[in-house]
Amino acid sequence: MDWLADYWPVIRALLASILLVTLVAGSAIIFIWMERKVAGRIQDRLGPTRVGGKFGWLQTIADGIKLIAKEDIIPAHADQLLFRISPYIAFVGVFLSFLVLPFGREIVGLPMNIAAFFMLSVLSTEVFGIILAGYGSGSKWSLFGGMREAAQMVSYEVPRALCVVIPVLAAGTLDLQLIAQQQAGFFWNWLIFHDPFQFLTFWVFFTVATAGCKRAPFDLAEAESELVAGFHTEYSGFRWCLFFMAEYGAMFAASALAVTLFLGGWHTGLFPADFMPGDFETPLGILASFLSVIVLIAKSWLLVFVMMWIRWTLPRLRIDQVMMMCLKYLVPISCALLLLASLLPLLWNTLGLPRLPFRNPPALPVLPATQRMPTSQAMQPAFDDGTQSSTQPPQLTRRDSHELR
Amino acid sequence: MSFADFLFWVVALLTGLSAVMVVVTQNIVRAALWLLFTLAGTAGLFFLLGADFVGAVQLLVYVGGILILLVFGVMLTAQGPFVNLRAGAGEWAVAIVVGLLLLGLLGSAFLMTDWRFLPTQPPDPATSRYTNDLGLALLGSRDATPPGTLPVHPGDQPVERSRVAYLLPFEIVSVHLLVVLIGAAYLARARRRRGART
Repeated sequence: MDWLADYWPVIRALLASILLVTLVAGSAIIFIWMERKVAGRIQDRLGPTRVGGKFGWLQTIADGIKLIAKEDIIPAHADQLLFRISPYIAFVGVFLSFLVLPFGREIVGLPMNIAAFFMLSVLSTEVFGIILAGYGSGSKWSLFGGMREAAQMVSYEVPRALCVVIPVLAAGTLDLQLIAQQQAGFFWNWLIFHDPFQFLTFWVFFTVATAGCKRAPFDLAEAESELVAGFHTEYSGFRWCLFFMAEYGAMFAASALAVTLFLGGWHTGLFPADFMPGDFETPLGILASFLSVIVLIAKSWLLVFVMMWIRWTLPRLRIDQVMMMCLKYLVPISCALLLLASLLPLLWNTLGLPRLPFRNPPALPVLPATQRMPTSQAMQPAFDDGTQSSTQPPQLTRRDSHELR
Repeated sequence: MSFADFLFWVVALLTGLSAVMVVVTQNIVRAALWLLFTLAGTAGLFFLLGADFVGAVQLLVYVGGILILLVFGVMLTAQGPFVNLRAGAGEWAVAIVVGLLLLGLLGSAFLMTDWRFLPTQPPDPATSRYTNDLGLALLGSRDATPPGTLPVHPGDQPVERSRVAYLLPFEIVSVHLLVVLIGAAYLARARRRRGART
């Protein structure tokens, strides 16, 4: 079994990727069915009822088969390369954000100590696929959709990043796993109830995330009353399907980020965290890990449901209203919240008031300088003496010092 | 050859190929697409080396920001549907000279580096403290420049630098960017006609 040990990281990465792709695609299927039922109920009708029994829950599968069987059309005026490749870029950007999302203690595709920042940065690449689709289609409607998309999503990235910084300030770390672990226990431990500014930030973040997923009332990129279907006017079949998987995946990712940052991550908030040890040694621990995955997914789906509810309740804004809302209201609000949230602990400590539950940042393991960065005396013997170098710790890195410089 | 080496070669080759395509392609948006692959590949190399923060910044700033601005600029300014760039002879000459200079710089850096000091394995991303080190070094609460000689030139003078050597440049750049932002907003403001009252 040596080869298995050698290639275990590779196998683990493959397994994690397959599971995550299945999760994203499977959720998209369920979301589309959910969207139809929600839309139906809000508009006082039933939604799908025929396919797959009483609730029409096979409707999305039937639609998927229809979409795959459809003729795959590329317009004559389109740029072939851009047209073909842009759905994949949009989907990959969304999929990557799930890599660092913790579904439970130690249940994460790629543990990373800057997970929140990584998620923001890969979610910002999704827009590029959509702009390329709009441009590469060679159609006016698509181009308008792509331009609106560029303006809207790039603008909304600013308040989104600012809103992520505020809970990070309270938690003292960018690691989503640590942030979620700090919110263990009852639900008043969640960061949304940490102080008033966090509470306000959650709502701002949720608004901005809805706009960032180009959901109604912010779905100007595909406003069908004005632009036919916006950036995906010319798309059909499987490529169109990929765009929708990317959109629903982005909704899921943004909701899961909101849940992890503000709503306690994988904790139910009803039982103390000790109820869920989340180790993989005992059967109870494995069960608890399963439960934590289900709790996180359920919470995220709940937020996705709220997004659908908003979509079918509010009318669409105009593009100038969307931009005005971002630049004149959401950016200043999130800047003010960031300022106040950073001033609050300072003020509290200065006034000498009894301690609020401000979280201490996790202790950074500060290595002694000699161990981290050997001086020239430590590295000199390695030049000529092979035996000496084997006893030296192998962290003698010029690249290390370059990065820090 | 370990799997990390294999990944490195795959990513590096794809990055290099995309970089060549950026230069060769004449359609500017296609060039932006190849640039996307180049920049994402560079970010991938950073991730392979365990420098997560640098990789994520690369994605956020270049892919999420600059590339989109590029395509946005093309969309706003283009007259026809697809813009083609044709470089003149003078531009080719300048490009070749600059490219050769850069190649010389990189080559000399490659030759002058003592490669024996490089780590054998990239750090594990789960336990990597690079980002913390970066942040603490920026604030000066940890010394990022130990006194000592650089391994490039044995016997050099010890490196002397203040502990907060990076905070001041960082603040200068930040204020500079703020000035640029305000200036851009001023230049792009809606102009009212002189004397018109609304």
